[in-house]
Amino acid sequence: MYLDNSATTQVSEEVFEEMKPYFTEEFGNPSTLYKYGRESKKALNQARQRVADAINAKPEEIIFTSGGSESDNLAIKGIAFKLAKKGKHIITTEIEHPAVTETLHFLESLDFKVTYLPVYENGIIKIEDLKEAITDETILITVMHANNEIGTVQPIEEIGKIAKEHGIKFHTDAVQSFGKIEVDVEKLNVDLLSLSSHKLNGPKGVGAIYIRKGTRLVPLIHGGGQERGIRAGTENVPGIVGFGKACELASQQLEEHYEKLSSIRDELIEKVLSTVPEAYVNGDREQRLPNLVNFRFKAIEGESLILLLDAKGYQASTGSACSSNKLEASPVLTALGLDPVDVHGSLRISLAPESDTFDIDEFVGIIAESVARLREMSPLWNQELDYDGVMCSKHGDDCRMC
Amino acid sequence: MDYSEKVMDHFANPRNCRKMEDANGVGTVGNPTCGDLMTIYIKVNDDEVIEDISFQTFGCGAAIATSSMITEIAVGKTVDEALKISRNDVADELDGLPPIKMHCSNLAADGLQAAIENYKENNQ
Repeated sequence: MYLDNSATTQVSEEVFEEMKPYFTEEFGNPSTLYKYGRESKKALNQARQRVADAINAKPEEIIFTSGGSESDNLAIKGIAFKLAKKGKHIITTEIEHPAVTETLHFLESLDFKVTYLPVYENGIIKIEDLKEAITDETILITVMHANNEIGTVQPIEEIGKIAKEHGIKFHTDAVQSFGKIEVDVEKLNVDLLSLSSHKLNGPKGVGAIYIRKGTRLVPLIHGGGQERGIRAGTENVPGIVGFGKACELASQQLEEHYEKLSSIRDELIEKVLSTVPEAYVNGDREQRLPNLVNFRFKAIEGESLILLLDAKGYQASTGSACSSNKLEASPVLTALGLDPVDVHGSLRISLAPESDTFDIDEFVGIIAESVARLREMSPLWNQELDYDGVMCSKHGDDCRMC
Repeated sequence: MDYSEKVMDHFANPRNCRKMEDANGVGTVGNPTCGDLMTIYIKVNDDEVIEDISFQTFGCGAAIATSSMITEIAVGKTVDEALKISRNDVADELDGLPPIKMHCSNLAADGLQAAIENYKENNQ
């Protein structure tokens, strides 16, 4: 049972069917004038309309990109470079996706100043902190709509209002929220918004950025003038067609899926917390996505848990350092103020509409059994162990965690 | 994570995973803040031979597998022989570890050395 839908999703049959002709029969370059080109152009326009409709935008405000990371990069660098003469201060949060955080680190190397708003134990920023952070130099606020690890939803509408009052551009990464909860660019008061296709049963390698009419930015990719000169390169027509279809389907089924997913999520939370000792939910219990829950279990390490669950046929993920390429514990979970040891014991479960076929009781039983097994092996469980002063032979003297 | 079959076997069916109440050498290495903590217990007899060895580990698949493996390698060896077991020996016996795990979770040889040092201190 695949329970890692925040990582990626399966392309749905309907989406795949819609894409197929654009690989073989309708292969034209949308920039050309003859029949093949016209057909591709038509498909591109239809997809653009579908994406626009899904977020209450106008089609000319949608620019197709290669995915969420590119959209984040384009929004942030594009605005920063455009407005650098006006000011060099950007506000964000401590729990953004790396596509945002790393882009900001890059800008810091170019003398931009970045304020990282804290999120507190519930994984949500405080509006007061935002107000205090704003200066005359602030040109951009970028705050994600919903978090990819813990699923908490930020007060985007309110942030947008404040940004507007101060004449500051406002970007949100809606990659995780899109297709799960309502994403309406008018209600959210955003100037820029990032979207990705593969999180909602569309293909990988395609996404979009919403750019409110009148918002100007510097392109990342210069070239043949495609996408109104904001994103050059021959369009990924089959991918864009699939993305458009996925948007249409997700919008049509939004409410139905919300009900279904949140009821599975709530049952899962209730059963895990009542079955497994010393189990907790990370992040706010109310302001969260319907399809995602992040647990933490005392005295165990997440990668081991993932391996045990995988052996039983359940695929999920963890924020443990041991599972990451950088060997660093999740900055998101760390930002919640958790004990660093507990950060390693996290388990993220992210559902898809088709997850209703799985047996929650059986799954919770397997979690309980796996956690118990790892605890039996763990020197941290039910033992008084003084490990202060035990050297970290893992990271050496420059270890940033210990 | 790309683990060998042997790593997965030792992870899924760890050998000698228990706390040893009558150990005469105990060593703990790693740091749970970083994600791995390992305690190795040894019982050394009058002939300086490791008669019994066990472990308890908090950590990833590689940390558990290397702990399990070293108990198999070290049992029956004299403490001096056991001190020569290197991190690479443990990884080799497991048909290799993913490169990223070679330096972080491959703690078992250090754990055994710490247990032997503790035994020697206890018996001075």
